[in-house]
Amino acid sequence: MQPFAYARPTTLAEAFSILQAYGRDARLLAGGTDLIIRLRDGTARPTIVVDVKRIPELRPAIRKEAGRLTISATTVMSEIASDERVRRHFVALAEAAAVVGAVQIRNRATLGGNICNASPAADTAPALLVYGADIVAVGSAGTRRIPITDFFVRSGQTTLQEGELVVAIELPLPSGPTGAVHLRRTRRRGHDLASVTLACLVDANGVTRLAFGSVGPRPVLSVDSSGVLADGAADDDAKAALLEEMFASASPSPGSMRASPEYRSAMLRLLGRRAVGTAVGRLAGG
Amino acid sequence: MATVPIDLTVNGRGRSLQVAPHHTLLDVLRDDLALTGAKECCLVGECGACTVIVDGRTVDSCLMLAVEADGALVTTIEGLAAGGRLTPIQEAFLDEGGVQCGFCIPGQVISAHALLEANPHPTRAEIEEGMAGNLCRCGCYQQIIEAILATVEAAHP
Repeated sequence: MQPFAYARPTTLAEAFSILQAYGRDARLLAGGTDLIIRLRDGTARPTIVVDVKRIPELRPAIRKEAGRLTISATTVMSEIASDERVRRHFVALAEAAAVVGAVQIRNRATLGGNICNASPAADTAPALLVYGADIVAVGSAGTRRIPITDFFVRSGQTTLQEGELVVAIELPLPSGPTGAVHLRRTRRRGHDLASVTLACLVDANGVTRLAFGSVGPRPVLSVDSSGVLADGAADDDAKAALLEEMFASASPSPGSMRASPEYRSAMLRLLGRRAVGTAVGRLAGG
Repeated sequence: MATVPIDLTVNGRGRSLQVAPHHTLLDVLRDDLALTGAKECCLVGECGACTVIVDGRTVDSCLMLAVEADGALVTTIEGLAAGGRLTPIQEAFLDEGGVQCGFCIPGQVISAHALLEANPHPTRAEIEEGMAGNLCRCGCYQQIIEAILATVEAAHP
């Protein structure tokens, strides 16, 4: 690993002044499970690494406020997967956090890091998309909330501006009963990046929200407001046609080492059908 | 590049060190503290050979900078057998034949130890999930799982 300086700001203001002074030569460090690999292989060569894990303004990890659950950017996957409030209101996010890497990774990898790294295969992204999360970004100009549908651009790139820092992810609490699930396909059980990662949310009005990743340059949300997908009595052919439409934007890369585009497309449809079935079942089961 | 002072507790013993910011916790454990139980292997967080416990949770020490461990409580494989007596999980690894070449075993034992601390009555599925971050190229997975199950059984007959 090439040498770099290390800063551990204890306030957001201090973090911003470092980011301002160093610009592109500074890299933010949260859990480090992506960054340290890049520091080691030389694809990231910062002058200074800015560790944001000891900023009290980024605590508590998870808090329930009026109408929403706010998850600090530095909250690790194990905390999210085991948090009662996340499990009760946002089960697909808890399920996604529970399958990121293995235990050792989940104990370090953060939600903020997972989305800012912007891997198309990020497992938390589909869940955040179906739940309509807002990304809270703070910069020298102040705070802005970025709807997650406007956040991802392509692998490694987001709509964050230089000098902006993600402090939290906000999830609006559902106004009525919902059913949701996260599913994914990996090459092997246990510890792998997803070949397809997908989340589904169904609400009592019959609206189905499907989001999927690892089948294109960025994770994508698709919504069925017709009620057909969530309708147990609806015709299977009609559902299949609707799913085709919803997955039309998927464009799995032919160059991936994990799975062929044909396999990914087939698994996307399979997981999509299963996820709708499970989400509808969970909605009915309360 | 300037070094940074850190204070941490490793296996119950306070340590004050000067570390380079680009050195990982694994580098410092092995090279500065001569604790060579945790192994350097894949360096991308897939194999688990470098697993140690930091503040009660297992981490891949190859993916954590030493400066991030400032103030932390670290337990390595060297910290388990107090007074030279093996812990029940270590004994069980021997009894069940969980060890062939031994390279991955410090990480395996640390993960098994942390798993049982967090969940004293794991099911087989929970053990498989809890140990998924530790690869064994000798293929001793069955024996390792049996060793963990035997430890649970012996503690709660």
